[in-house]
Amino acid sequence: MSDETLSCQELVELVTEYLEETLPPDARARFEQHLSKCRGCHQYVEQMRVTIRLTGMLTEDALDSRARDTLLDAFRRWKQE
Amino acid sequence: MDEQDERRTADLQLLAALRAGDEAVFNALVEQLYSSMVRIAMIYTSSQAVAEDVVQETWIAVLRGLDRFEGRSSLKTWIFTILTNRAKTRAQREARYVPLELPDENESEPAVESERFTATHHWRVDAMPGNWEGVPEDRLLSGETQRLILEAIDALPPNQREVIRLRDIEDFTSADVCNILNISETNQRVLLHRARSKVRRALESYLSQ
Repeated sequence: MSDETLSCQELVELVTEYLEETLPPDARARFEQHLSKCRGCHQYVEQMRVTIRLTGMLTEDALDSRARDTLLDAFRRWKQE
Repeated sequence: MDEQDERRTADLQLLAALRAGDEAVFNALVEQLYSSMVRIAMIYTSSQAVAEDVVQETWIAVLRGLDRFEGRSSLKTWIFTILTNRAKTRAQREARYVPLELPDENESEPAVESERFTATHHWRVDAMPGNWEGVPEDRLLSGETQRLILEAIDALPPNQREVIRLRDIEDFTSADVCNILNISETNQRVLLHRARSKVRRALESYLSQ
């Protein structure tokens, strides 16, 4: 393994830094060069993007009415303070 | 106007409405943040009831502090910082505080099982990641897929769970998350990487069924 090229196993550990745009320019160039030639890694990065997108679409549970009422009471008391 | 200005303007409008006692605005904000606040608090308190109590306390502290809020961070970041501080204090008082564990750089936690690579560290032909473009959007967005992702997140160690929730569900920036959790950029990124890698793995094994 030379310093100039990245293996697939190394690439998967750099995906987050790549997506966060925190890779130094030379490392980023090596990453992108590998991606352009490797179907497996290209698909891996795409899977990661899908994972992030789907996680971002999760909906939180609805708030129960008891908690809402307690907080609204607190808000009303605070207004009168 | 850049994104940060827009956020600041939106925050200022929100603040003005809250200070004026606008109940609809308060309810909407509570509705938006409550469930994730409880989940974050639970990481420290490990009990739903105590976590809900901490969230109630946090809102009261937020209201009392509104006049002091200076807008150096976003309103949401400020609320979550108060929340994590209160959750920690509460857990300490009840002697069940477990500090957020920082990632151990020496402890290897590979994103992908090493068996999937050849001796020269490239994908084995029979273990290459699949193409998800062919997966119908309906399946990706189904309730079953959502449940699977939530389960994968719930199964993570607390520190990874907290970071992925804040980053990918709550959409906080990395700088925000470092502030809220009081951790370095590097630690934040390592935790996020480990968390996302595991959720991807769970999705992969589910989608390949």
